[in-house]
Amino acid sequence: MIAEIGLAALWLAAALAVLQMISGALALRTRAREGGGDANPMAFYARPAAMVQAALAVLAFVMLLYAFAITDLSIKLVATNSHSAKPFIYKLTGTWGNHEGSMLLWVAVLALSGGLLAGAERRLPERTMSATLSVQGFVALGFYAFLLLSSNPFERLPVPALEGSGLNPLLQDIGLAIHPPTLYIGYVGLSVAFSLAMGALITRQVTPDFAKVMRPWVLGAWVFLTFGITAGSYWAYYELGWGGWWFWDPVENASLMPWLAATALLHSVSVLAARDALRTWTIMLGVLAFSMSMLGTFLVRSGVLTSVHAFAVDPERGTFILVLLGLYIGGALALFAWRASSIAEGKRFTATSREAALVFNNVMLSAILAIVLLGTLYPLLTEAFDVRVSVGPPYFNPASAIFAIPMFLVMAVGPLLRWKDDTPRRIQFELSLIAALLISVVSLVAILGDYAILPVLGLALAVGLGVAAFLPLRGRKLARVPVAVWGMVLAHFGVAVALFGMASESAFTQERLAAVSAGQTESIGGFDVTLESVDPVAGPNWTAIEARLAVSRDGGDAVMLAPQARNFWSPPQATSESALITRWNGQLYAVIGDAAGVDAAGNARWQLRLWWKPFVTFIWYGGLLIALGGVLAIAGRVQVDLRRRTATRLGEERREGLRALGKGPKAPEPAE
Amino acid sequence: MNTTTGLKAKHQRMVLVVIALVAIIGAGLLAVWGLRNQANYFYLPEQMAEAPPSVGQAVRLGGMVQPGSIETMADGVTVRFIVTGNEASTIPVRYSGILPDLFVEGSGVVAEGSLQADGTFLATNLLAKHDENYVPRELEGLEPHQKAETVAETTVGIEPRP
Repeated sequence: MIAEIGLAALWLAAALAVLQMISGALALRTRAREGGGDANPMAFYARPAAMVQAALAVLAFVMLLYAFAITDLSIKLVATNSHSAKPFIYKLTGTWGNHEGSMLLWVAVLALSGGLLAGAERRLPERTMSATLSVQGFVALGFYAFLLLSSNPFERLPVPALEGSGLNPLLQDIGLAIHPPTLYIGYVGLSVAFSLAMGALITRQVTPDFAKVMRPWVLGAWVFLTFGITAGSYWAYYELGWGGWWFWDPVENASLMPWLAATALLHSVSVLAARDALRTWTIMLGVLAFSMSMLGTFLVRSGVLTSVHAFAVDPERGTFILVLLGLYIGGALALFAWRASSIAEGKRFTATSREAALVFNNVMLSAILAIVLLGTLYPLLTEAFDVRVSVGPPYFNPASAIFAIPMFLVMAVGPLLRWKDDTPRRIQFELSLIAALLISVVSLVAILGDYAILPVLGLALAVGLGVAAFLPLRGRKLARVPVAVWGMVLAHFGVAVALFGMASESAFTQERLAAVSAGQTESIGGFDVTLESVDPVAGPNWTAIEARLAVSRDGGDAVMLAPQARNFWSPPQATSESALITRWNGQLYAVIGDAAGVDAAGNARWQLRLWWKPFVTFIWYGGLLIALGGVLAIAGRVQVDLRRRTATRLGEERREGLRALGKGPKAPEPAE
Repeated sequence: MNTTTGLKAKHQRMVLVVIALVAIIGAGLLAVWGLRNQANYFYLPEQMAEAPPSVGQAVRLGGMVQPGSIETMADGVTVRFIVTGNEASTIPVRYSGILPDLFVEGSGVVAEGSLQADGTFLATNLLAKHDENYVPRELEGLEPHQKAETVAETTVGIEPRP
């Protein structure tokens, strides 16, 4: 029954998406008249349809979750991806550890955000709202069709399986509980930004008010993307056992590209809200951001890429997503081309204003996006000509740095500039402070040792940016600084912290690879690592060999580390469980490998790989700070909004009271 | 640069669009140039024997690990082995590090690294098929533990399809 309820809920939700689309579109045919007038009777249904649809899609997802929780082996998806002996938490997370389940999660989040938009958003003009909901329904419909026609998660097996075939052990980790859902919320949040942009474009309402409605969605999506990417990076770092935190893997790039676009959009929408400038640019970025999350879905879900993320290879699905991609992006671009000229230009600004700095960095972000996009698609392109290439750090690092370095410089200065027009002379002190920091760090590192150019520049920029992030607070009463400004300061500081971690990791990492017998000691980064023993151990669905390492620094007390080489039996696969010691200034990373013969004395040896990575943790602390900055920015905006609403309500109550007393003449129009 | 101060809003928009386009096209050209120089090409052993890449250039080599060729050096962490393809050509490979889990003789492997002056391929990373869901792209269709005589039919994934 569970599967059938889920499937029925999905079909109903799809039908409601059709209703939402048509109802929203019909509302547009009603001429906007003063005071509402005679609205199309069909127009009423868009909001309720979105809300009920949200409930149904979530119900479908909960049904699948339940099927996984009880390991219902009559459902094909459960049988192929779960196992009764798996720990309970991984049974649950296994729901989205496969193609169909993760697409259902995507659709559920999409419907939920559509419902939230329909239920909670009352500031937009009704026509714009109808257009937005119509577009949102159209987008949702495509994904329902994809799910129901080509990847039904609720398909039954003719004969229930005796036992499931298990989940990829790399995915049997708490990371799976966090990483995909947060990224999906981010991706899908951008769909709302896209629908809003389309709605505003259709009804020619690209105004600061529209930007204020769009901003929390963009901010929210961006916070989740930031958090999801940060979590994914740390997950790959400790789970894969390769000691790296970013591989420029196509699937990683697929999440980075929407983030870059969302970062640009977030800043552009702020300019639109505050200054009524960059109207068409904001719309364009709205289209771009969602295009990138669709492209990411296509790359990951279509099977054109092979990686841990690509669960199944099925050309039919790839074609389906590609058609959807073409339909939405092509449609949006056509609409943009048709309508862009009818959007009036926004307010002007000079080359030395905060707007100009934001525009510059928007362009730099887009350029980095282009670099990453071309690098990601290039192997697919050459494969069509039967040439197999892969593109890695030697391309991505320098090519993106060419645009990232000017971007970081402008980012240090931009927040210090005034809106509209400013003179560089006014911020002379700050400029010279930042320049002095940059020069001194570069010369200091150059004296200390011989390092590659990019990490050195990264360190200098990180220090300069870290100080510059707090300069906008200079000369202000800290208690009166708006929460949203704190958000900006914190997020920019987070970028500096993450950059510092990245540069430090690539400049100062030490690595040690050796065959070690029991009792032998290796030294790295001031640590003494002694292999005490290697023992077999067993878990609920795996066996392993475990090394016991005693680690001490400068003769201090020993800390025990236990890296494992695990063998899972369902599905059969070997993984390497790294062991970490975290200090404030870095991490020691240990991996155990194969048996490596015997040494001269006849003792058995084991391969041991150790890294000392100074300040590597700053990468993820920085990511968390950036996300936290975003959260503060949302909180600040909501606070201001609530305050304004309360003030309006109090004003109205007062006028009501006055009227009741018979004193007040006609109530003046509210300020909004 | 106060030249834009006197511009009308429409002209300012034009200037911005031009700047953005120039930057994006610049990024595109840079990407094309960078990709031509930095892309990491895939070689089969016979291709590498016929037209070797320049010494030190980062490339990938894919083929089968020749049975009986894996040899661990005295330090316990360096291995030497020979990669073969469809033809008789063989490439000796040296690698220091922890071996991937399903790296065995007769299985498919992709080695990332560069060719040395002495004709040895110095690998910095090895990719092997390690479960049915995650196969290096070049090794699709290859099965581990194949006997030498079946190499020809198991390399369908790494030769150009007919």
